Amino acid sequence: MLKYIIPLVIFIVMAVFLAVGLNLNPRDIPSPLIDKPAPAFSAPKLGAPSETLSQTDLKGKVWLFNVWASWCVSCRAEHPVLNQLAKQKAAVIVGLNYKDESDAANNWLAQLGNPYDVSIMDQDGRIGIDWGVYGVPETFVIDKKGVIRYKHTGPVTSQDVQTIFLPLIAKLQAEKT
Amino acid sequence: MRILMLVLLLTLSGFAGARVEYKEFANAEQQQAYDDLISELRCLVCQNQTIADSNADLAKDLRRQVYEMLQQGKSKQDIADFMTQRYGDFVLYNPPFKAKTGLLWIGPFMFLAIGLIAVFVFVRRNKTRAAAPISAERQQKIQSLLEKGDNS
Repeated sequence: MLKYIIPLVIFIVMAVFLAVGLNLNPRDIPSPLIDKPAPAFSAPKLGAPSETLSQTDLKGKVWLFNVWASWCVSCRAEHPVLNQLAKQKAAVIVGLNYKDESDAANNWLAQLGNPYDVSIMDQDGRIGIDWGVYGVPETFVIDKKGVIRYKHTGPVTSQDVQTIFLPLIAKLQAEKT
Repeated sequence: MRILMLVLLLTLSGFAGARVEYKEFANAEQQQAYDDLISELRCLVCQNQTIADSNADLAKDLRRQVYEMLQQGKSKQDIADFMTQRYGDFVLYNPPFKAKTGLLWIGPFMFLAIGLIAVFVFVRRNKTRAAAPISAERQQKIQSLLEKGDNS
């Protein structure tokens, strides 16, 4: 009897391991920044480069930090979803225009609509490094205290908005500053 | 001719791994630290390459970051810490031993131990079987066969 049980057990254990392995997304690297204060930045605004924005300007607000670029193909797929989200005015949406040309970026927004309350420029990708950005688009959710509460890697889908973002934003809006 | 071509191609392939951009260093130690670091940091876009091997934009930026921090006199540990604070342990090809990475470190030894135990049990079992005494009847048969010789 044991002769049959041992291979069966080995098979089941291996099958479980392989199934888990197949369903993990290797691109989804857990960010060590979750529950840490948002990294400091002070960067020129897209469209108004003489003005700067820093993370302290957003204290007391729940905000999304969306990393995008006009050269990024999946950002194009994500864009209508962000436009929809912006209409609901659930939270401030700040864009990080990552390693992009400001002309190309402005054109992109003019063509596809601008979901961002403000976008800042990160032409040499330094803010990106501070935020641990490795795959555009990425979206962070920051609470009123300026702490990063969630990170989404890859394009946000409308399903993500319904199941993850809106409930989280509602919860964070209810928190005290 | 074919061999010559092969030799040529093999020598050329060495350049593929060479550093992409030229960087100037104050001393050989710094150069060494730079080389060590960029071959220990993972490129997160092309996950099975180090930032030394990869030509991705992010890898270039991270090489620049490493270079600048070395110029500022930061130690290798400072730079490794800087990277893990932002990208997590995954960015290191040589991750530290922690509860989270424990399985990664202990796993291979665990499997080795399981293998050794299995071999040990298997050998033990075979040995006890071989040591079993031969019955008198078989002993006799062996004896007669030896005397007669094999006719087949």
